[in-house]
Amino acid sequence: MHARISALPSPLPSPKAHPMPETTAAPASSDLTGRALFPHRHLLSIADLMPWEIRFLLDEAEHWARANRSGARKHDDRLAGMTQINAFFENSTRTLLSFEIAGKRLGADVVNMHAGQSSVKKGETLIDTAMTLNAMAADVIVIRHASSGAVALIADKVDCPVLNAGDGWHQHPTQALLDALTIRRRKGSFEGLIVAICGDVLHSRVARSNMLCLAALGAQVRAVAPPTLMPPEVEMLGATPFTSMAQGLDGADVVMMLRLQNERMDGAFIPSAREYHMLYGLTPERLALAKPDALVMHPGPMNRGVEISSVVADHPTRSAITEQVEMGVAIRMACLDVLTRGARGVEGWR
Amino acid sequence: MTTFAIINGRLADPAGDAPVSGSILIEGDRIVAAGDIAVPADAERIDAQGLVVAPGLIDLGVFATDKPAFHFGGITRAALMPDQSSLLDDAALIRQATRAGKPDFWVHPIAAATRGLKGTELAEIGMMQAAGAKAVGTGRQWIADSGVMLRVLSYASGLGLTVIAHAEDGGLAGKAVATSGETATRLGLPHAPACAEAMAIARDIMLARQAGAAIHFRLVTTKAGFNLIRAAKAEGLRVSCGISPAYLFLADNAVTDFRTFARLSPPLRSEDDRKASIAAVADGTVDVITSSHDPRGAEDKRLPFADASPGMAGAETLLALSLNLVREGQVSLNRLMTLLSANPARILGVNAGSFAPGSAADLIFVDPDAPWIVDSAKMAAAAGNTPFDRVPVQGRARRIMKGGVFL
Repeated sequence: MHARISALPSPLPSPKAHPMPETTAAPASSDLTGRALFPHRHLLSIADLMPWEIRFLLDEAEHWARANRSGARKHDDRLAGMTQINAFFENSTRTLLSFEIAGKRLGADVVNMHAGQSSVKKGETLIDTAMTLNAMAADVIVIRHASSGAVALIADKVDCPVLNAGDGWHQHPTQALLDALTIRRRKGSFEGLIVAICGDVLHSRVARSNMLCLAALGAQVRAVAPPTLMPPEVEMLGATPFTSMAQGLDGADVVMMLRLQNERMDGAFIPSAREYHMLYGLTPERLALAKPDALVMHPGPMNRGVEISSVVADHPTRSAITEQVEMGVAIRMACLDVLTRGARGVEGWR
Repeated sequence: MTTFAIINGRLADPAGDAPVSGSILIEGDRIVAAGDIAVPADAERIDAQGLVVAPGLIDLGVFATDKPAFHFGGITRAALMPDQSSLLDDAALIRQATRAGKPDFWVHPIAAATRGLKGTELAEIGMMQAAGAKAVGTGRQWIADSGVMLRVLSYASGLGLTVIAHAEDGGLAGKAVATSGETATRLGLPHAPACAEAMAIARDIMLARQAGAAIHFRLVTTKAGFNLIRAAKAEGLRVSCGISPAYLFLADNAVTDFRTFARLSPPLRSEDDRKASIAAVADGTVDVITSSHDPRGAEDKRLPFADASPGMAGAETLLALSLNLVREGQVSLNRLMTLLSANPARILGVNAGSFAPGSAADLIFVDPDAPWIVDSAKMAAAAGNTPFDRVPVQGRARRIMKGGVFL
């Protein structure tokens, strides 16, 4: 029998007008609770998480997804007095905004640090930047960096929890979690679900995180990419490789498209954007190869007319793209809450 | 002139089959006799009881003149790569490099094959040879233009110099920092297929055949690469190759968790290639074991993996790690000394690495079983960037004689 996640513990009383909603989602499949259930200090890679830890985070986020939809006033002040630094060494709009909104809804003091790659390369080293952030007594740091492994390097040097908001081609764990939450809300469970992750898998941290996450949750994951954009031994991450969209999409329950970076379209990896669209773009005809109720996803920002056609992206029932953005806030609230429970002295998490 | 006699030692003569008890007679800075010889009554005797006496190690292809590390490792000479902060493409710089270690350590600079190592114009190889360069090198990159490479090989051959080549096809290697495979895919690192090595070797062997030149591939690390070297040797071409202990004892999964101390150039290979490397040492395909010593401090290594500089501090662990091959029965102790000393001396054309009369009296007194633990925090090297941190090893050079003088 599974313990149900009851009302979230909070050091501050929640306003009576906004009680935490009950969840009917599948509870964490573990009898563990508190720190024993989620023993991680940081969230750096899906590879660090056990399946029940992923499900625990999804359950936690489910509360916030409901709370975020519940009405006008979304504030919960459990992180009041805590400082959240979003240190983005690589440009981002939606992920930064999502983390900022998540932190603010939890009552944290959110500070954004934009550091273009060039200015950091000219000046202080990444370690020095990490030490600076640490000295400012941040309570949680969210980091995005263009180099694989950079976030783990910083996490090693600071005293507070670190959330990886994307490091190079390596990992983007909150994206995988929000995608999993979106799928679970639409499809109910992952068991036997066929998920096709399509596009530039080679350079995609979203793909790496999602392959590990969805395989751990029991889905059948396919990696669909041109041979030049397929990482070697992708099977080791739990995905079956396909180089043909027709075969990769055949019978799929979820079609997850990846963004094709502009700099990859110039002939180095694929001949042109229009040829890519012809061979790998998600068109209505191609989507028809998947299951009739197949879900369409995209981590954004989309290149309309390149990897996905507008008709598919804007489909009122099939496309879950805006829901992904919505779940992003919920997942990030859950991660911020869970990772700061130790510092907040929440019972069972000290 | 004083005559020294080293007695009671076990002599690991690279020319022999097994260590033998014997003596070595030294006059000035030269060996005059070695083996089962009569020791003159007036010779000053040095007792090497319990130790193996071997030629000082000659490290073919290092990136720094790091004397404390070399002395710790029993290395008495090293061939310095041209990739220095001031590239070794000029006679004055070569001359300066030859003086950097003297008297107790000799540096044999490798002349840059092309100006600025740019791979376009021939450097003044003859003038650099006159200034003390003992070989010609492409540095840590390959020469993309096959026409230039052919001329480098021909020109160096005319001067009697071996060309020391870096075996990685530049187009394939590109900005890669890892070998294609599971680890690179998991970590999301830019990667290149291992065949980048064999492609470079295949081309350069054909060019060396065309030029009738001697070529040495400083680091060969893949099965396909060794197969090409084997075939070239069977054909009678003047082709040789080396390897570093890291490629014999570590595979690409050593970079898991983004360990920058294991970021090397060429990158660590698959487990299959690692095994093929051991086999290539055992069957004689490998001619040289080098430390590739490249001490790098925190400013070069405490960075995201792809931004970190490649290279490891290898001088201190070269002998101890290589002795694993003897303990595992892959090579004899004498053969190991050939790889660590006699063959590098032959490739560089220096009169060392041998017990033959007239050879330089560069000797090490080795306790081959002495246990110690590699500790990156306490190394003699200019930096402690070793992927073998905390690894227990066996074998230490207890004393070093350089040119007839104990250090």
